Amino acid sequence: MMPPIPANPAPVNPLRMDMIPMNYALIVAWVLFVIGVIGVLARRNLLFILMSVEIMLNASGLAFVVAGSRWGQPDGQIMFIFILAMAAAEVSVGLALVLLAYHRFGGLDADAANRMKG
Amino acid sequence: MIYAFYIAAAVAIVSTAMVIVQMNIVHALLYLILSLLSVAVIFFVVGAPFVAALEVIIYAGAIMILFVFVIMMLNLGTQSYRTEKGWMRVWTWVGPVLLASVLLADVVYMLVSPARLPGGGRLPPAFVRPYAMMVGPRAVGVTLFGPYLIGVELASILLLSGLIGALHLGRAVRPESFIGPVSAKKPGSSKKTDRGEGTVKK
Repeated sequence: MMPPIPANPAPVNPLRMDMIPMNYALIVAWVLFVIGVIGVLARRNLLFILMSVEIMLNASGLAFVVAGSRWGQPDGQIMFIFILAMAAAEVSVGLALVLLAYHRFGGLDADAANRMKG
Repeated sequence: MIYAFYIAAAVAIVSTAMVIVQMNIVHALLYLILSLLSVAVIFFVVGAPFVAALEVIIYAGAIMILFVFVIMMLNLGTQSYRTEKGWMRVWTWVGPVLLASVLLADVVYMLVSPARLPGGGRLPPAFVRPYAMMVGPRAVGVTLFGPYLIGVELASILLLSGLIGALHLGRAVRPESFIGPVSAKKPGSSKKTDRGEGTVKK
């Protein structure tokens, strides 16, 4: 039996103690995002930079879903689906660029791209 | 349920931290897949089973496969043999396997443990009842194709442009179009790589 679509912003929750505190889940999302930022700043391998960007996108999606589930609304999950589509498009173009850079510069070092002119 | 969240969050943070300190890209990829799986468990705990399934299928399935393909394309010759031999060692996969076992025990505990009510009563385990604040696929689908329909169209345009961009970047390029230092190629050998021109001539 499917649960009805919540129409009101604050549905009555009989299992209040079953809920996760939103602050903790947002702290987890913040920590994951910071780890992604550190990865982008500290690593010079292009594949590691792309993976760190994926970590950051995932952390922002986690924040969206947690905030959406706090009020029992599906909007957060929908934003996560959009982030998922964006990540798929980003990673396909990014990996094609990584392959191109590997063949052009002979490696995956991001600092090798400072020779680009024009 | 709250302990399941704590364990999954700890696994997520530890495995994500292990991603950015690894030297080997394949080890980092293993930890990244584990991080995505633990975030999927967090989604399930907070009451979003649909995006938990999407996270496993699309993120940990499709996007990570793209990374694996690119890593396989970058390894060449005897180096790939040595790398493959290195992957078979125990210390390569013992860390991800241990964290993944913690995550599996977490999910099993979450599914079979009965929930306590504030009055002292007990509810049946999570796999036979809809748990607190669950927003199922039906609500997500109705809202996605209702107020957010324009977003779906924009996402389809974005995916199409990503497809065209990847196709454009991944096509066989002529050597004279390189800007940087290139390995010198004979002019006659460019015929084989240029697929676009060959089909036009036919």
